[in-house]
Amino acid sequence: MVQLNALAGALFVLTVFGIVGMRQVIGSLRLFVIQSLLLAGSACILGYEYTSVHLFVVAGITIFTKAFMIPWLLYHMLSHEIHARREITQVLNIPTSLLIAAGLVIGSYFMVRPLLDIGAGAFLKVNLPIGVAGLLIGGYAITVRREALPQLLGILTMENGAFLAGVCIAPNLPLMAELAAAFDVLIIALVVGLLTRSIQKRVGSTLVGKMTSLKEE
Amino acid sequence: MTQRIAYNIIQVLVVMIFSPLIKGIIDRLKERVQSKKGPSIFQVYRDIRKLFHKDEVISEESSWIFRFTPYIVFVAPIFVALLIPVLTDYPLFFAFMGDMLAGGSILALGGFFAVLAAIDTGNPYGPMGASRTRMVGFLAEPVFMIVFFTVSFVAGSTIPYIVQQAWITPVANFFAPAHILVLLAFLMLIIAENGRIPVDNPSGHFELAMIDESKGLEYSGRGAALMKWGGCMKFFVLLCIFLNVLVCPWGLADTGSSWGLLLAIPLILLKMLVFVIILVVIESSLSKLRLFRISEFMGAAFVTSVVAVVIQLAGM
Repeated sequence: MVQLNALAGALFVLTVFGIVGMRQVIGSLRLFVIQSLLLAGSACILGYEYTSVHLFVVAGITIFTKAFMIPWLLYHMLSHEIHARREITQVLNIPTSLLIAAGLVIGSYFMVRPLLDIGAGAFLKVNLPIGVAGLLIGGYAITVRREALPQLLGILTMENGAFLAGVCIAPNLPLMAELAAAFDVLIIALVVGLLTRSIQKRVGSTLVGKMTSLKEE
Repeated sequence: MTQRIAYNIIQVLVVMIFSPLIKGIIDRLKERVQSKKGPSIFQVYRDIRKLFHKDEVISEESSWIFRFTPYIVFVAPIFVALLIPVLTDYPLFFAFMGDMLAGGSILALGGFFAVLAAIDTGNPYGPMGASRTRMVGFLAEPVFMIVFFTVSFVAGSTIPYIVQQAWITPVANFFAPAHILVLLAFLMLIIAENGRIPVDNPSGHFELAMIDESKGLEYSGRGAALMKWGGCMKFFVLLCIFLNVLVCPWGLADTGSSWGLLLAIPLILLKMLVFVIILVVIESSLSKLRLFRISEFMGAAFVTSVVAVVIQLAGM
């Protein structure tokens, strides 16, 4: 069970790298779905080990909102953007980004080291550093990517990372908090999606990097 | 003692005899996927036999390197086949002659001479392909090293026979995250080292776009046959390392009886067939990358292997 959880964690890191390294929007979105499923799998394993019903509910909520609702919403609001054949523009090129992301993973292991030394279980050793790494790399993707939709995926990755760390720290979090968080994410996706759509209608592109000056009508 | 030497020689013979077959199966399957009929799976044997009967033409401008290279390319995989587990899961007579790093360096020696020979004749396409091969090669090198370091760190040894036991005792080790990540990185490495599709198109006949194939362009007759056979054996040996040491250490002969050894031959071929089907699916569903995108592909492999090391070092 420990090994399976660690495997889910390792694949989770790979999908996070994919979010930074993918060139097409649709590829990033698919990776995000896989990432959410891995998060749900990790929550299920932890729920089985801690015999906590809450974690199974968390897994269910994750699958419902992140693997179905968010992709569905984005497909309907921004299908033009998602199926765009062009490549995502980035401030740094992809090999550099991947190396920085690898550095962030190593850094997050050092960051959580003092916490783990207090005396942590085998699950905490996997989920906490990987969750922190997901958080950091998601933030990095937001800063580096120059388009609205990949930035949204960066936010959602950060959220996934926080959840992955959260399920192992607090297996008995009140259900209300989980529900609120899941609903929050859905609203974020909705708002950013709508905003992107109206920006695209007005300006004709969603390249955030180029929108540096205000425009009077 | 004599039995172990004999088994070791049988192992080499298996590599020599069956390596063109694997290449033939790949070619055939790829054509079938494209709903063409495809060549017979024994076509590679016929090509090699035909080339052995043809005359050899060597440029007057070339040096001894050009003449020696086919023999080095042919012999290098045979030496590696002495070191690695092809049929048995207990070490054979020559197994302690060198570890996995030695095997890697012997294979690299063959590649090095092939590159020198391509530059040697002064044919414009040869050096171009050679320099591209070096580019892919030096991008693959760090991945190779880190994969080996991870594997030997887990097993506490660099001898492949000991490594393969470490992954399956206990069986839960098979699902260790470091193992799965190392597998992914090594798969990408095999694709890059053998010029398979996301990196290079092995069936392309357009010299300007060639990476791996252009090294053998100048050879004819016996030299071409040896280069071709050597290439097949290199692929076979890498597959043996991948399948027997890393992926699936089951199905090897474990006792001294010769029946076990004979049974291991079809089993290894079966494993390779499964892998070849996966490889054909990968090759048929992806398109070739542009030259400067290869660094991204290898970057992904590198990051995968680094994550494997980090998780192994910090997590367990």
